[in-house]
Amino acid sequence: MLKGLNIAFKDLKIESRAREIFISMVVFSLLILIIFSIAFSDLLSSASKTATVASGVLWICFIFAGTLGLNRTFATEVQNGCMDALKMCPIPPNSIYLSKVIFVFLLMLLVEIITIPMFSVLFNYQFTAIIWVGIVILLGSFGFVVVGCLISALVIRARAGEMLLPVLLLPLSLPVIIPAVSATSGLLRGEDIFSLMSYIRLLVVYDFVFFAVSMLVFEYVVED
Amino acid sequence: MFTVLMLVVAFGAIFFYLPVMKDSAGNVLDSSFNIFYFHMPIAIVAYLAFFVVFVSSILYLRENDSKWDMVSLSAAEVGVIFAFLVLATGSIWAKAIWGWYWVWEPRLTTSLVLFLVYVGYLMLRTALDDPLKRARLSAVFGIVAFVSVPLSFLSIRIWRSAHPLMFGGSLYGQDGGGLEGSSLLLVLLFNMLAFVMLFIGLTSFKFQNEKLGRELEMAKGR
Repeated sequence: MLKGLNIAFKDLKIESRAREIFISMVVFSLLILIIFSIAFSDLLSSASKTATVASGVLWICFIFAGTLGLNRTFATEVQNGCMDALKMCPIPPNSIYLSKVIFVFLLMLLVEIITIPMFSVLFNYQFTAIIWVGIVILLGSFGFVVVGCLISALVIRARAGEMLLPVLLLPLSLPVIIPAVSATSGLLRGEDIFSLMSYIRLLVVYDFVFFAVSMLVFEYVVED
Repeated sequence: MFTVLMLVVAFGAIFFYLPVMKDSAGNVLDSSFNIFYFHMPIAIVAYLAFFVVFVSSILYLRENDSKWDMVSLSAAEVGVIFAFLVLATGSIWAKAIWGWYWVWEPRLTTSLVLFLVYVGYLMLRTALDDPLKRARLSAVFGIVAFVSVPLSFLSIRIWRSAHPLMFGGSLYGQDGGGLEGSSLLLVLLFNMLAFVMLFIGLTSFKFQNEKLGRELEMAKGR
């Protein structure tokens, strides 16, 4: 666990110097927002109509930006044989996985923190129940990143791996994305959190299941 | 051969043996309901196929025997075809009853996703060149992919769904309609058996084929 944090810290340090992944994630996410704000420009006058599209627009931004980030997570390790060096370290292979989850999760959080106020600005929309929305987005992003890091490690060895990642990742992470999107849109429409508990429960269950399964199988992915 | 015979009898039973279906109010149901006797066995077989992929993937990682890799591949290929047939038969029925081929609702969405996940599985296999690496990585994917199967299976019970529920109850107190009368159940069970036999037959064909293919590769390499 602690060793995973060390590797994540290393990644964050590289990223804070180069900022290549983070900048492209944020810019990409904002570009999607702008395209949507052009497409839905008629809705801007009505807050209730904006509320119905908000959850979809936001999650598309997060997921696309997240996929972009996931594409690069293991690619940086493959350069210069860094992955082999990591495998030689006296650490369980799980901590490599854990470090990547922490790293991408933090990147996604930063992107989300920037995207949500920008959504408010571009769509002229006042968020309600922001704490619950935040919790749902946290849970959803975590589940997405958990699956994403595993698939990212899988496809890095495949031909045209970067093409394959979204194709494998999007259907696989749908058990997390469906409840996250539904719960977010319910909250933004002003529904009570308790009426959405079935989604939250499903989200938490799938977060755990994906995390547990990934931790169990990851060592087979890197074993060579 | 026996499987073919069973399928013929099963299909014949659907078209000629089944009595006229009535709903709880006594109205005669449309004959389009007959497709249910294909739809449900095919769906069960698709889930079964993905379960076989899941189990043989675990066994491959445990025992490192390429036999299990071939089982995974065969079951996944047959499973994808059956998953597609579930969508196709369901759509035909939906067109007749709902008026649309496709509605966005939990059961249909999760079934489509299941189909796409295992298409992804086959795509991953073709993208990996080294046989050992292919076997290991696709086994990992086969295990993770199975996570979405229970969601598809239980979706009509967790969410309010337009998809009919035949057996058991849902969280929302909607009860399964069930099938009245032993002749209906008999036809359903017989069809299920026939389709399971078909699955076993197709999978073992594919397995033999794959095995011969690998032996040929070995012989060529020598």
